[in-house]
Amino acid sequence: MKKLGLIIVLICGSLMLYGTIDFPDWADPSSPASTHLSPYFIETAMHDTAVPNIVTAVLADYRGYDTMFETTVIFAAGLACFFLLRRFQRRAPDVNLFRHMPTGITLRIKKGGKVPVDSSEFERIDSIWVPYDLIIKTTCRLLIPFILLFALYVIAHGHHSPGGGFQGGVILGAGIILYAISHNLRAAKARIKERFDAYMCSAGVFIYVGTGVLCLLMGANFLDYSALAPLLGTDPIMARSHGILIVEIGVGIAVMAVMICLYYNLSSAGRQDEGL
Amino acid sequence: MNEIASFIIAKYNYWIYIVLMMIGLYAMIVKNNLVKKIIGMNIFQTAIILFYVSIGTKRGATIPIIYHGHGDGSHAVHATDYINPLPHVLMLTAIVVSVATLGVALAIALKVYRRYNTLEEDEIFTQIRRK
Amino acid sequence: MIWQLDIIILSFVVICGIAAITVRDLLGAAILFGAYSFMMCLLWAEMGAVDVAFTEASVGAGVSTVLFVAAVFRTSRRSKD
Repeated sequence: MKKLGLIIVLICGSLMLYGTIDFPDWADPSSPASTHLSPYFIETAMHDTAVPNIVTAVLADYRGYDTMFETTVIFAAGLACFFLLRRFQRRAPDVNLFRHMPTGITLRIKKGGKVPVDSSEFERIDSIWVPYDLIIKTTCRLLIPFILLFALYVIAHGHHSPGGGFQGGVILGAGIILYAISHNLRAAKARIKERFDAYMCSAGVFIYVGTGVLCLLMGANFLDYSALAPLLGTDPIMARSHGILIVEIGVGIAVMAVMICLYYNLSSAGRQDEGL
Repeated sequence: MNEIASFIIAKYNYWIYIVLMMIGLYAMIVKNNLVKKIIGMNIFQTAIILFYVSIGTKRGATIPIIYHGHGDGSHAVHATDYINPLPHVLMLTAIVVSVATLGVALAIALKVYRRYNTLEEDEIFTQIRRK
Repeated sequence: MIWQLDIIILSFVVICGIAAITVRDLLGAAILFGAYSFMMCLLWAEMGAVDVAFTEASVGAGVSTVLFVAAVFRTSRRSKD
């Protein structure tokens, strides 16, 4: 198997290396890819949409359909992970571990024993014993608000700098995942519940498709944001810019929710009681 | 001699992308462990994305964000000054979709582990044959 | 596009890719894959694809490493090859 694989890889590689002879030189300004369609986008994007970042303009406006279905693919991946892994029957753990906070002693309570109330004095910990990490918890508590704020900046400022819905959504999700790692999965689930997460998943896709349908109702083509000008109170060009922002917010919400859903299900193998 | 040097400089990037792609393909075919196969799949994906992004590069051009100030909305933009943004757009969505496929692949690997209690391909095959 | 930087980062990418598929510890493979993604992100930033580099930095080096570590944590760490 190993030899066969190596032979296949070598044959494939040499064929492709042979194919590179006909490629245009690397970084050639007059290569076919840079001379047909892209000059149109570069020269008219600013004029058409008032968005200096051409990537954002092409992503959400000229190629709006593409991005809409990419968002749907991500939503479908979140759903697939949920249906593959999620298990709802609760299994009562044999041993509950509690930590007495002032002394740091770990209490081991067998099934049927009296369980202390989850309060500031007692903290429930995962069945794989975790050390008490005050420094990590405090640092992450201080850091996470700034991470989330930066994510909102990335979404809102995607018109003028690198960034946009995908990146901002992933950073939002990463902030919540950092909270779930530094504390535990139950603490993160108390902040963002699974049901709320599922609603956010669909809400993101709904905002995107809803914007398109709204354009349709205003009498223009699907996802032609210039039709939103009377609603937004601006001229058609600025309306396209604002339409891109609305769509990016939808993408950001959907991506954030899917990242959190993937992490919740993968880190707990579908039980969602104890995480990483 | 000079011709060969310029040929190598023009093409060596593509050769390294193909090497990367073949590393991913080799891992997908030969490796026995499912997580290793998923890593190979991701290396393959990133090699293709790298190839697409490198198509868009232009010598002497800058990043595709148009220089603008307040009040000068109408100054001329030349296509040769900016890198081709189209491959970036296509690949940006491809990266986010790749993390979604990674999530589904890992979910399937977890499901396989739950059933057969191993991630090694040959052990899974022997367990299937024994049934 | 600085070709010296280009060659250095490309060689790091290849080394990280080979190391990620040869190391026997799956947790190590996950972390090496994170390093691979980060090198890829540097390469794209160097090529001028800033949006793609930003996405790869947050997605490839951030979230997918976490997903790999989570999956390895829930399965087994050992690998035969």
